[in-house]
Amino acid sequence: MERKTVFKGRLLPYLLVAPQLLITIVFFFWPAGQAVWFAFLRQDAFGIRTSFVGLENFQDLFADPLYLETLRNTLVFAAGVSCIALGTALLLAVMADRQIRGAGLYRTLLVWPYAIAPAIAAVLWIFLFHPQIGMLGRALNGAGIPFDYKLNGNQAMLVVILAAAWKQVSYNFIFFLAGLQSIPKSVLEAAAIDGARPAYRFWTVTFPLLSPTTFFLLVVNLVYAFFETFGVIDALTKGGPGRATETLIYRAYIDGRVNLDLGMSSAQSVVLMLVVILLTAVQFRFIERRVHY
Amino acid sequence: MQRRSFMAGAAALGLATPTSLRAQSRTEIQFWHAMPGVLGEVVAEQVKRFNASQSAVTVVPSFKGGYIDTMTGAIAAWRAGNAPHIVQVFEVGTATMMSAGPAIRPVHELLGENGVALDPKRYLAGVRGYYSDTKGRLISMPFNSSSAIMFLNLDAFAKAGLSTTDLPTTWAQLRQASEKLKAVTATPVPMTTSWPTWVMFEQMAAMHDVPFATLANGFEGLGTELRLTGPLFVKQVEYLLAAQKDGLFRYGGRDNAADGLFVAGEAAISFMSSSLRSRLEKEAKFKWAAVPLPYHDDLTKSPKNGVIGGASLWTLTARNRTPAEYKAVAAYFQFISEAEQDLWWHKSTGYVPITLAGYEKARAEGYYAQNPGADAAIIQLSRAEPTPNSMGFRLGGMVEIRNIIQEELEKALQGQQGAAQALESANRRGNVVLRNFEKANKA
Repeated sequence: MERKTVFKGRLLPYLLVAPQLLITIVFFFWPAGQAVWFAFLRQDAFGIRTSFVGLENFQDLFADPLYLETLRNTLVFAAGVSCIALGTALLLAVMADRQIRGAGLYRTLLVWPYAIAPAIAAVLWIFLFHPQIGMLGRALNGAGIPFDYKLNGNQAMLVVILAAAWKQVSYNFIFFLAGLQSIPKSVLEAAAIDGARPAYRFWTVTFPLLSPTTFFLLVVNLVYAFFETFGVIDALTKGGPGRATETLIYRAYIDGRVNLDLGMSSAQSVVLMLVVILLTAVQFRFIERRVHY
Repeated sequence: MQRRSFMAGAAALGLATPTSLRAQSRTEIQFWHAMPGVLGEVVAEQVKRFNASQSAVTVVPSFKGGYIDTMTGAIAAWRAGNAPHIVQVFEVGTATMMSAGPAIRPVHELLGENGVALDPKRYLAGVRGYYSDTKGRLISMPFNSSSAIMFLNLDAFAKAGLSTTDLPTTWAQLRQASEKLKAVTATPVPMTTSWPTWVMFEQMAAMHDVPFATLANGFEGLGTELRLTGPLFVKQVEYLLAAQKDGLFRYGGRDNAADGLFVAGEAAISFMSSSLRSRLEKEAKFKWAAVPLPYHDDLTKSPKNGVIGGASLWTLTARNRTPAEYKAVAAYFQFISEAEQDLWWHKSTGYVPITLAGYEKARAEGYYAQNPGADAAIIQLSRAEPTPNSMGFRLGGMVEIRNIIQEELEKALQGQQGAAQALESANRRGNVVLRNFEKANKA
C-alpha cells in the first residue's frame, strides 16, 4: 500500500524540494561541473594563463603507465578494504547479537573507532607497525621477520588496507547488527526445530536475509575505499614506497594540490567519477537481482 | 586538516579583534605562515616586536598549516581576489611563484617604490641567490633558511673506537666509520638520511659543482632539462645501495621521516636539516656533533657551497590593494632584515641568520664558541662564491620532481632496479614535469 500526497499547484512542491536541490547544485553539480571543464584546460597554478587543450590531459593520463599501475593499486586496495571490513564486521555483529552479559558495552566499544579522525587512526597504526617505534613492527623484526612498510611495497599496502578497513568496521557493524536484529526470531527457531545446526542456520537463513544490508554496505564500502581513504594513506605512506600505495584519489590530490596541475587533477577526477558511476550501475544491475529482499 | 584550519582561524580571529579595535588608523597586513608549534610562537613574537616598534602598521600573523597547505591556500585566495599581503612559501615553490607575474610584487620593486634601501649584498650569498632573478635582484624576502648538514652520534663513535674530534669529512671515510660502527653494533644501524632528494641529489650537485639541470638549474629559463644521469648521481646512488646491502645504511622514509632514527639513537650518522638542532638539544640522550655534509674527495678537493632549504616571504597582489598596504609590507621586510632582529631570529629558531651582519653579531658575542656546530650550516652555505650549479634550483614542479626522485630511489633500494635505471626513470619522468610546467607557463 502506498500513500501519495498530491499537491494542487506546481509551486509548492518545487518550493519544498528547492533547499535540497540548491545544496546539491552548490556542493555537487557546481564543483563537479567545474572539474569537468578544468579537465579540458591547461593552466598555471594561479590561473593566469589558461588555454583550452581538448582531450590532451586525458591522452597524457592514459599514456602514462604509472596511472594504470595506480588503477591496479586502487582495485587491490578497494577489494581488500571491503572484504576485511565487511567480514570482520559481520563476525563481530553475529557475536554481539547473542545473549551475553554486557552486550551493550561491547557494542559501544565496537562503534568507537568510527568517531576517530582518519589521520589519528593512521597515527595509531604507525605506533603499531612502525619498524622502529611500533609495537608490532619491532616484535616482528625481533622475531626475525623483516618488516619495514616504509620500503616494502606489499607490506605498505597491507598496512594501509588494515588501517582503512579498521575504520570502516564500526560503521558496518552497526548496520549488520541492526540487520540481524530485524531478522524474525521465529524463522530461526523454526530452522532450529527442524534440526539445523548454528552454522547451517547462519548460511541458509541469516545470511540471505541479511543480503540487502550486505549489498548496501558493499556499495558504501567500495565508495569509501575509493574516495574517503585519503587521510589514512597520506598519514601512513604518502602513496609510497615507490608508488605502491598510491590510489586514484590520492594521485588526484597530489597532482592537484601538491603539484598544482589542475588540468591533470581534474581529468583524473572525471575518470574517477565515471569509474564509480559505472561500478554502482553494475552493482545495481547485476548484483541486486540476486539480493533477497 | 579541518581541526588545524579551525585552530588557525580561531587564532586569526583572536588576534584580529583586539587589533582592529585598538587603532583604526593603522594599516593591517595579513601574514600567512607555515610555522607550527614553537616556531610559530617565535613568528608571533617577531610580529609583536614589529607592531610595538612603530605606530603605522599592524601585522596579523595566521598559521595556515604546512608549507603545501599554506601555498595552495594563498593561491586559492589570490584566485578568489582576497590574497594575504604576505605569504611564506617554501624554497621549492620558488619557480611557481616567480612565474606568477601579476600575482606577485617582486621585493626589489616593492622596496624601490617605497624608498626602502636594502642592499641585496647584506644577505648571505647562499640565501640571496636562491630568491634572486638572474640580474641579482631579490624577488622574495629571505625568511627562514636552513641547510642540510651531517649529524654524528659521538657516544657511538667512541664505542666503536673512532675519534670524536677528528670527524669524517668524505663519503669514503664515512664508509669506513660505518663498518667499524657496525662491527660493534654501536647503534642498530650505522647510517640513515632525512630528505633523500635534498641531501643526496641537490646538495651533492651543488657541493660538487655538477649541474642538476641545464640552464643553470633553471635560473636561465623554463626550457631547462634534468641531468640526473650524470656520473655523480650514479656514484651517489650506488654508494647508498652498496651501504644498504652491507647493512650500513637504512632508508628511513621520505622527507624528514628519518629524523627520529638519529634522535632516538637508532642510527649513528644522519643527514638532516640544520634546524633539527633545537630538537636534539631537548631530546638526544647522547653526545652529538653537527658538521658540514661529506663529499667525494676523488671528485673535488674543495667542495662548493651547499644550498638552502626553508622558505621566503612573498608579497601578493589583489585588486583593491592600496599603496599604503604595500608600504606597510616594505616596512615589515625592513624590520626583519635588521641585524638585531635577525640575530634574535637565528638564536630563537635555529635557522641560519639571513644577513651577514646578523651572523657577524652572533660570532662577535661568542654564540658559536658556546654552541659548537651551530654555524655548520652557515659555513657550508658561505664557504664558496656560488656557481651556476650551486646557486639553487628554479625548477617548475620541483615538489613533484623531488617526489619522483624519492620514488625511483625507493624502487632501487627495494632491489627492483639498479642505480642507472633509477636515475634514467627519474630523469625521464622529471623532464615530463618540466615540459608540462613550461607549456602551462608560457607567456
